[in-house]
Amino acid sequence: MGLNGGYSGFRILREGLSGNRGWRPAWRDPSPQPAYDFVIVGGGGHGLATAYYLASQFGEASVAVLEKGWIGGGNVGRNTTIIRSNYLLDGNQPFYEFSLKLWEGLEQDFNYNAMVSQRGVYNVYHSDAQRDAYRRRGNAMILHGADAELLDAAQLRAECPFLNFDNARLPVMGALVQRRGGTVRHDAVAWGYARGADRRGVDIIQNCEVTGFRIQNGRCTGVETSRGFIAARKVGCAVAGSSSRVMQAAGMRLPIESHVLQAFVSEGLKPIIPGVITYGGGHFYISQSDKGGLVFGGDIDMYNSYAQRGNLPVVEDVCEGGMTLMPMIGRARMVRMWGGIMDMSMDGSPIIDRTHIDGLYFNGGWCYGGFKATPASGWCFAHLLATDTPHETATAYRMDRFERGYMIDEKGSGAQPNQH
Amino acid sequence: MIIDHPLLGPRDSQEFVLLGDASLLNRPDWQAGNAGHAFYEYQYLRDNPAGAHRELWYHEMGDRSWLIVTRDTVTHEVLKVELAADVAAGMASGRRAK
Repeated sequence: MGLNGGYSGFRILREGLSGNRGWRPAWRDPSPQPAYDFVIVGGGGHGLATAYYLASQFGEASVAVLEKGWIGGGNVGRNTTIIRSNYLLDGNQPFYEFSLKLWEGLEQDFNYNAMVSQRGVYNVYHSDAQRDAYRRRGNAMILHGADAELLDAAQLRAECPFLNFDNARLPVMGALVQRRGGTVRHDAVAWGYARGADRRGVDIIQNCEVTGFRIQNGRCTGVETSRGFIAARKVGCAVAGSSSRVMQAAGMRLPIESHVLQAFVSEGLKPIIPGVITYGGGHFYISQSDKGGLVFGGDIDMYNSYAQRGNLPVVEDVCEGGMTLMPMIGRARMVRMWGGIMDMSMDGSPIIDRTHIDGLYFNGGWCYGGFKATPASGWCFAHLLATDTPHETATAYRMDRFERGYMIDEKGSGAQPNQH
Repeated sequence: MIIDHPLLGPRDSQEFVLLGDASLLNRPDWQAGNAGHAFYEYQYLRDNPAGAHRELWYHEMGDRSWLIVTRDTVTHEVLKVELAADVAAGMASGRRAK
């Protein structure tokens, strides 16, 4: 990458002085080639990251990303933008910590301002038992090389004085905080990976829907698309939300249900919320965007859905959680709400694995933890595609773990996808 | 969503909890030779269609009945509501007839 096409402060100055006539589209709009070494199905965060790391880390030159609509139009543009690695279980924590480390170096790596903001993630606790559970989780995080800090009520009050500390039913007793967690400008993640991949020779092909897989003698040799057949040595699917629908074309049934998760944004306000705050008495999480809007969400709607919108009972439930935790937001007006479709897996953890069909690989089951996982998911999927071995942080994300009894059930709620 | 309960008439979906795909009614034979694999498929794998989906709903805040609701997962339209007990009885008599 020369200075010419790169983004920098100097470039902004130079373009500003010359009427901003030197900017070019951030990625090409190529027509599909007849064949590639690697075809990635799905131009969301995970698919674009996979292509980017295939090119940048594994030296693969012949890569295409196929996207049904436009890139970044799915869940990477519909989430609450939170990054963190506050997981308990061995199968999860190293992976999410790897992801957080990648987030920390991402903008320099792909030369794009993704507004990574490590403003801290606070998990509020409301009882002695919950404090002990959070302390245990914090210790697990530290043992895996992440950071964690347990705050008592006085320490938390100094940082978040607006919380409802004296609630009679669920008093705020403190929080587990991960200072390195925070938020990222989600669309910029898709655009940054797309631009970085494109500059390394990846073909990003939009408006190209995969309609089937060509499978001969147990081997996937390419994909049928709305723009014709495209041959591939290896095909990787990263289409979380639609995984069941896409993999059905390869004759597979998955341990996944699709559910709708809603998110909300208020009108813009002056800075009032310092980091990401999650409620321990219900399901509610909130942060404040750089534009000032309160960005928040809660539970999924609990029923199977492919509609990118939810129903009112969950809206009320989320807002009640917010009002219980921080009554001050009651005066803010909600301006937007939307839904995204989640791959809810049977144990609440993702899958990055080969399938029983040679040459066909699967990445999905992200439940509602997919955004923070984007860099590590892309890296690990690229590792698997390029080397046919799992990355060391993703060895537990096997497709067959359900049959073999090696679930990664962070919540301990069993094979009930709507409970994760 | 409004679920038209066969006994109680139209009720708000808020009164119900969802268990999941109605295929959970088809419990495999635990004595069969392939029971381990059959129970894995029964417990963990789902069709997860976009469109009509038969699912088990429990009327927790109502009469505690189990319903089989056929619902469109793309539009959220409720297409058909049956008592799960009736469906299960029908399945059992179907098995006896065989």
